[in-house]
Amino acid sequence: MTAALKLNGQYAIVSLSGDIDLHSSPEARRLILDGLQDGRPMLVDLGEVGYIDSSGVASLVEGFQLARQRGLDFGLVGVSPAALSVLRLARLDKVFPIYVSVQERLRMLGSEPGSK
Amino acid sequence: MPAQPDSLQQLRTLVRECAEASGFDRDAVEQLVLAVNEACMNVIQHGYQGRPGSIDLHIVPIDDGIEFRVHDSAQHVSLDDWRPRALDDLRPGGLGVHFIREIMDEVEYVPVADGIGNSLCMKKYLHRGENPR
Repeated sequence: MTAALKLNGQYAIVSLSGDIDLHSSPEARRLILDGLQDGRPMLVDLGEVGYIDSSGVASLVEGFQLARQRGLDFGLVGVSPAALSVLRLARLDKVFPIYVSVQERLRMLGSEPGSK
Repeated sequence: MPAQPDSLQQLRTLVRECAEASGFDRDAVEQLVLAVNEACMNVIQHGYQGRPGSIDLHIVPIDDGIEFRVHDSAQHVSLDDWRPRALDDLRPGGLGVHFIREIMDEVEYVPVADGIGNSLCMKKYLHRGENPR
């Protein structure tokens, strides 16, 4: 797995790729939770994920919950077919907000009433 | 294999190759990889609880399907110990058991000869649940 965090405007974008499993998910979890601790809304890019197991899904759930507690936007973007099928099996595909891309989500926010 | 998280990638490659050779389609292969990975994760996390140990995985072709047996020498567990969480209860953990039960056609602990450890037997059939017509 490779994991990276960058900023796009006020958003923290976490990009995960490769296999997210028991070996690598602690790193993904740390990146997600640290980013949210900084008080930024977050999008997690799963476009290049080839495999994700229950420990990886649990890291996403933890991030989603922390974001909710803090009133921060949290979503998944570009979810790969492999990741989507595991989220479906977990019946979480309707729980997480899922967007086509970072750009799509930021465009949506830009067109929401009251936004600048 | 050593009961360690960094063994899992090699294990997944092996399961993928065997499931493909047994004739499962791509989606089914990936589901089987997930289920066997989760069973071994369960041994690493809850069986050995971080202590050193080993996992033996036996992959056996069966009539119209494939069988996976996961042996360990960890403390005794039973299927009653597996408490899948309610899926609308949104919290981390408990998902692995749900995945295994959802994916496999048969899941059971079978007796081990010397009474030490556990042997989890999981079977998946190629044609179960299909419309016979």
